[in-house]
Amino acid sequence: MTKRFLVMLSVLVIASIALTACGAPPTEAPPPPAPAETEAPAATEAPAAVYEGTIKIATQSPLSGGQSSLGTAIKQGAELGLEQLGGPLRDMGFTLELAPYDDQANPDTGVANAKNIAADPEILCVIGHLNSGVALPSSEEYHTAGLAMISPANTNVAITDRGYPEVNRVVGRDDVQGAVGGQFALDQGWESAYVLHDKTAYGQGLAEFFRQKVEALGGTVLGFEGTEEKANFDPIITPIMASNPDVVFFGGIYDQIGVFGKQLREKGYEGALLAGDGADSSTHAEIAGDSLLAGAGTFYVAVAGPAKEYPRTAQFIEDYNAKFSMPPEPYSNQAYDSAGICLKAIEAAATAAGGMPTRADVAAAVRATQDYEGTTQTVDFNDKGDIIPTARYFIIKVISADPAEWANNELLAALDIAPE
Amino acid sequence: MAGNAVRSQGLLKTVREIVRPIGQLVLFSAGSALILSVIALILAFILDQTPVGDASQHTFKMNLLTFTAANLPQVVIDGLTIGFVYAAIALGYTMVYGVLEFINFAHSEVFAVGAFVGVELLIFMNQQGMLRGAPLGLAYLYLILAMAVGMLAAGLLAVGIERTAYRPLRGAPRLVPLISAIGVSFFLQDAIRLTESLATGDFHRIIPTFGNFDTRLSLGKVFIGTAPVNLGISIKSIIVIVAAVLMLVGLNYLVNATKIGKAIRAVAQDRPTASLMGINVNRIISLTFLIGGLLGGAAGVLFALKFTRIDPFVGFFPGLKAFTAAVLGGIGNITGALLGGIVLGMLETFAGAFMSSFTMGAAGAEYKDIFAFGVLILVLIFRPHGLMGEQVGQKA
Repeated sequence: MTKRFLVMLSVLVIASIALTACGAPPTEAPPPPAPAETEAPAATEAPAAVYEGTIKIATQSPLSGGQSSLGTAIKQGAELGLEQLGGPLRDMGFTLELAPYDDQANPDTGVANAKNIAADPEILCVIGHLNSGVALPSSEEYHTAGLAMISPANTNVAITDRGYPEVNRVVGRDDVQGAVGGQFALDQGWESAYVLHDKTAYGQGLAEFFRQKVEALGGTVLGFEGTEEKANFDPIITPIMASNPDVVFFGGIYDQIGVFGKQLREKGYEGALLAGDGADSSTHAEIAGDSLLAGAGTFYVAVAGPAKEYPRTAQFIEDYNAKFSMPPEPYSNQAYDSAGICLKAIEAAATAAGGMPTRADVAAAVRATQDYEGTTQTVDFNDKGDIIPTARYFIIKVISADPAEWANNELLAALDIAPE
Repeated sequence: MAGNAVRSQGLLKTVREIVRPIGQLVLFSAGSALILSVIALILAFILDQTPVGDASQHTFKMNLLTFTAANLPQVVIDGLTIGFVYAAIALGYTMVYGVLEFINFAHSEVFAVGAFVGVELLIFMNQQGMLRGAPLGLAYLYLILAMAVGMLAAGLLAVGIERTAYRPLRGAPRLVPLISAIGVSFFLQDAIRLTESLATGDFHRIIPTFGNFDTRLSLGKVFIGTAPVNLGISIKSIIVIVAAVLMLVGLNYLVNATKIGKAIRAVAQDRPTASLMGINVNRIISLTFLIGGLLGGAAGVLFALKFTRIDPFVGFFPGLKAFTAAVLGGIGNITGALLGGIVLGMLETFAGAFMSSFTMGAAGAEYKDIFAFGVLILVLIFRPHGLMGEQVGQKA
């Protein structure tokens, strides 16, 4: 009896010790990370005017999955930028590294990566993302960490409209892009439109702006629907065929638009198919094939467009081809320019600080970028982080079902429009 | 004399086992098409008296009843096509359930592996320049070859899964192999993903365009009001339907009219007794998995042909739907799987096609799955054994 009592007592004692042991660390644990974060820059800052250490520039884009051809273009563009434009920083004594992250076009993965990026004190600048729906939550993390982000591809208005000082972009905005699409549709005499989107921040936002413009110009929007479907579009196509619109607009990415367009044409749709910059990838031609040329044709509004349409890209295209053995996809030269802006800003901040700059210095220097001579255009940022004086919007018609010919699609218009 | 009678009786049985499933199939297709059409038309007629009718006038320039009637034929064709895809996958679930009374959740990945192997073969042939401009006969031959290779890979994989993940657990409580199946399913998804990423750098694959599979056969135009409604079916949809019918007929014949089928049914009914009768139970179970895998692999290649793009998770939703179809029709029952597939496919396509116009755009095609699973719940409440429930005792 007493033995049993002793056993129970000892168990209780051990349990209580274990519990207090468990309880203690949480109060002790938080402090270490905090000093580590504040100390890291301080430690490198202490020896004044000594330019040494590793600086990393991170990219975040879908490197695997259905949208990887554009995501890889972003990574490779930044990689080339770091290699070619990193000279000044390397000469100062810094080691430069690219830290590519795969966000899989998935917001959860993007945020998880963003936390890792924020926790790596060597990363001073982020280039990304491809998808606005991923960029929006991920940039909250960069904002908290005071980390500069330059987006080579995100067009959703909320990216910059939140007014975060760290978040910038070198491409246009969906309110303009949607309006350009709507204006184009009406100019072509397409009075009735059926609007679809992929239910992401990018696709839905763009589709909304397209609808507003079409309705403002007196056109009819016959239907407005979101879908995450990736394979069987038959049920969605039935009402489209019945309402017989002049144009079908799809706010989404090519992996979905390609499959949809193929099935739409198989059903005998004769009108036009119009999409946003998400349709701008050679993989689109691989998926949709000859269906791109059926009916009144396939068109897209692009914010990146083919690299060859920019005046200063001849050398870039050649170098890109030589390094990666493939022609540059859209957004690769935007990523290249973003890397250039990052490097320039880090250089300026390092010079000012006389050593390793802090993230806040870099973020401020990025926003203060003045007349950066990029391959696409001369870049300045307004107080929200949108590119000024203007961003370029293309209207492109698909003229070949051959993926290798994607960059040679017919350019119908190139418009330079300032953000509102 | 007696021998002759037996032989002619055997022949009669063979013919019956081939004709019967085709008859059932026509009956189910026509029946579900008719019932759903009538429901859609009645709903359209009622809604025409409400503001929904005005909205339809505005959008489609015709009243809702006309709109519905004009679209019905195409919706039925689309519903049948996707229904047959579900049925082809559901056959695999039902075969295994019939024999082992457990749900092989890894079947959706067996399906995906079949799709990947077939598509990779076609991509390889395309890179060799064999597909582009291939004459029609050769194109079909290549497709059949891809299907055969996909089937073989999926069949062998299914046998391997049974041997390693299920057989050691055969005596265990029923939940244990189920969990093992889910584990295998996750493992295979990531295995496909890893293999494809390492081998090709991209785990989303696109089936090459070749042959005349994308061509659409026009069945004429329905003119109602001003809008012409094109009626038609693409050749690949016909291939899907024909292949699924062949699979069903073949399976039905195998199970009901051959010696092996008799052995399968015996094992399904009573494993120990079957073993006492000299049937090698392990071999029959392996065979069941082989057949289920072959069917799943074929369905995978057909799915890729119909929907162009595949990824490692491609099996998940079709697999879930096919499982639903199998339960809807009465799991363990081959005819039930077919019926369930057709009903589910039809229901889904009807809901998807008409929901947005019936609700003035408030609820679009994206809500179509509510109907499919809603019906499943209703069937399970009122007929827990599924639509073909009374035959459950006579499994597979």
